[in-house]
Formats: sequence, structure tokens, C-alpha cells
Amino acid sequence: MKSIEDLLSEHPFFAGLPAPMLELIAGCGVNVHFDEDECIISENAPADLFFVLRSGKVAIEVDTPRQGPQTIETISSGQLLGVSWLVPPYRWTFGARAIDSTSAIAVDAACLRGKCDDDPELGYEMLKRFAVLVRDRLQSTRLQLLDLYGTHAS
Amino acid sequence: MVPHMYRVLSRRQDLADTVTLALAPIDGQIATPSIGQFNMLWAFGIGEAPISLAGVDDDVVTHTIRGVGAVTNALCAASEGDQIGVRGPYGTGWDLDGAMGRDILVVAGGLGLAPVRPIVTRLFARRADYGRAALLMGARDPESLLYRDELEAWRSRLDIEVEVTVDSAQRSWRGDVGVVTRLIDRAPVEAANTRAFVCGPEVMMRFCAQALVDLGVPPAEVFVSLERNMHCAVGHCGHCQLGSSFVCKDGPVLSWAEAEPLLRIRER
Repeated sequence: MKSIEDLLSEHPFFAGLPAPMLELIAGCGVNVHFDEDECIISENAPADLFFVLRSGKVAIEVDTPRQGPQTIETISSGQLLGVSWLVPPYRWTFGARAIDSTSAIAVDAACLRGKCDDDPELGYEMLKRFAVLVRDRLQSTRLQLLDLYGTHAS
Repeated sequence: MVPHMYRVLSRRQDLADTVTLALAPIDGQIATPSIGQFNMLWAFGIGEAPISLAGVDDDVVTHTIRGVGAVTNALCAASEGDQIGVRGPYGTGWDLDGAMGRDILVVAGGLGLAPVRPIVTRLFARRADYGRAALLMGARDPESLLYRDELEAWRSRLDIEVEVTVDSAQRSWRGDVGVVTRLIDRAPVEAANTRAFVCGPEVMMRFCAQALVDLGVPPAEVFVSLERNMHCAVGHCGHCQLGSSFVCKDGPVLSWAEAEPLLRIRER
């Protein structure tokens, strides 16, 4: 059976991360599993974890008054779920639900934030990687906002 | 410049504002079109509009039309048996024959699936001539997916990867949600040996082409289909001029190496 450290080292998000840093992160992680349709995180709940997806698919959702939950993005194996743990007030902005049976490593946010505070090199490395993630999602969101396929679009 | 008379052989309502018409010649016919080219379709008494070919089968041409103005609304309202004027075919096409032996990646957004549909059907007809193949499709939401039955049929085949993503969806949708560019990294092709065909809204094509080049697909192997205000379709009127090129004549299909500098020209 692979250790959390092994699993993290195989995940694209952590590619090339030095072993001592992986060890520190792995110390905050546990394996978790979600069944199809199981709620993973709820909007406005404390963001005390983030998830390193190993398999399956997750819908990021927002509740709407008349149409119910709307999926605004899906993420799957090789990606990360959760950015709100990184900055105050540490609350989830959106909810997330497993579309398929999903396996992940749940990383304790307070544990990792503490280690990042203690070890600025680790903290900077994590921030650099999360900045890419946030940039990519921001870029995607901006494209979605353009409503490119709408009838007004050329 | 004089249109041939065609009869509406069949009409399929694809979406609330989009129909597919199969047209058969009545009094002589246009030259055999290449996939990726377009025809000028006449709604008599109203005007004409450039519409990409969504299929060619012997002398029957198929066009998928979204009603967005007087001409296209009139074309969409045509019934079986009605007559439509057709002149063409015009412009450059998708060079699929030149990609034999290569991996094929087709990226379509919204109504952009219509012009690349003949690529997919031709790919199936000559599957052994090509390497790995994938169709990546983006749409606004599940309800506005074009050719949904065909997409499902294509997806059930084991020799082509079909991935669909939408910009937003209700919980009942089990597929991907997100921009189509995100599917490119996952495409099961060898980038350096891939020819890519991209069609959709221009912003989407720009981002997709850049993502493909970033992945390692050579810019000369990425083809896009430009859309501009084409009136005469023969490079005389200048309505579709982009830099020194006329999209109707020099395009609409151009390699990204050719198209990228043109798209950098800011229009007024």
C-alpha cells in the first residue's frame, strides 16, 4: 500500500516538490473516499481541509433560488479541490459534490498553514503552485462569463 | 454569382433557434464542395447569408443555420419542399487528406460543431488512415448541445475519444463543466504528430489554438475557421477583409500560423 507521501509525489500538483516538503504536507493528509452524489463541502462552511483528487469527478456547485444547485465547474483526478483554506476567513465559497465515486487525500488546512508559517520556503512553494491554480480558474471563469456560445455572440 | 435553385429535402429542428436543412439541386448544381467551405444561401426576397457546410452527400448539401437575423430567420423557417438559392462553394476547406498518419484533434464550440461535422464523418469513413482521434466539444449548457444524438453515437465508438463540456449545468448533468480549453491537456494525442481543427467563437478559437501550441502542436498544424461579415464571397466587396486577406477567399480555414497575426489586428 502506498503512503500518503508516495501518492502526493505522483500527483501533478506536487510534481517536482522536494521530498522533505512532501513529507511535511503528507503529515497533514489522510485518505478519504466519497460515494457518488455525496456532499464533500458545503457553501459557507469552515474551509478546514483541501482535497487532492486521486480518482473520480467532483462538481463545484452554487445554490440558486429557482433552479436549485448549479454546477459551475467539474474537476477530476489530477486536480485539487479547495482554495478557500488558504486565506481568511477560511470559509468555502461554493459547495462540492462527488459526481462519481471519488478518492482523494484530504489535507488538514490548519496543520499545513502552521507548517507554511514555520517554513517560509514551503509556504512560498505552496503559494506559487496555488497561484497557478487560481490563475487558471480565473481565466476559465472569465471565458465562461463572456458567454461565448450565447445567441448574441458571433 | 447567380444562385442555383435548391429544394429543401429535409428539415431538422436542432435547437430552438437552430435548424439543419438538407438541400437538393433543382436546376443544375454547385461544384462539389470541400469540407470546411461555405455556401451563400438565398432566402428569396430577403437576402443571402454565408453558411458553412455541415455535410456533403453526393449532390445533397447540408447546412446548419442559427436564426440571428432576417435572412437566417427566413432560412430557418423554410419547410420541406421550399426553394432556396445556393451559390458556392467558397473559401478554403479543412485539409484532412494532408493529415494521413497523424493524430487528429477536433475542437468545437457551440454552433462550431457544424463546420467540423464533416471532418468527423470522414474520419470515421477512413479511420485506418489516421492515428488517434479526439473530438472536444464545448457548449453553453446541456440543452444547447448541437447534434446531441450524433455526439452520443460518436461517443459510443471505441476508436475516437469524444469529450463534452458545458459552461454551466444543473445537477442532473453528469458530464464536465468548464471551458473547452481545459479538455485539451487531457486529449489522448501525441502533440507533435497532431493536426488540430478548431471551430467556434473567435475568442474560444484563440484560447484553444494557444493551448494547442502550448501543448506542442505546431502552429502550422492548427487550423481555425474564421468568421467575418462575408457578402460577395469572392473577395470583391471587402466586407470580410482582415489585414490584406479576405476571409471569404483566403479563408475561412487558415492555419494558426496564418491566422494569429490577422487576429491581432484590432478592428474598428
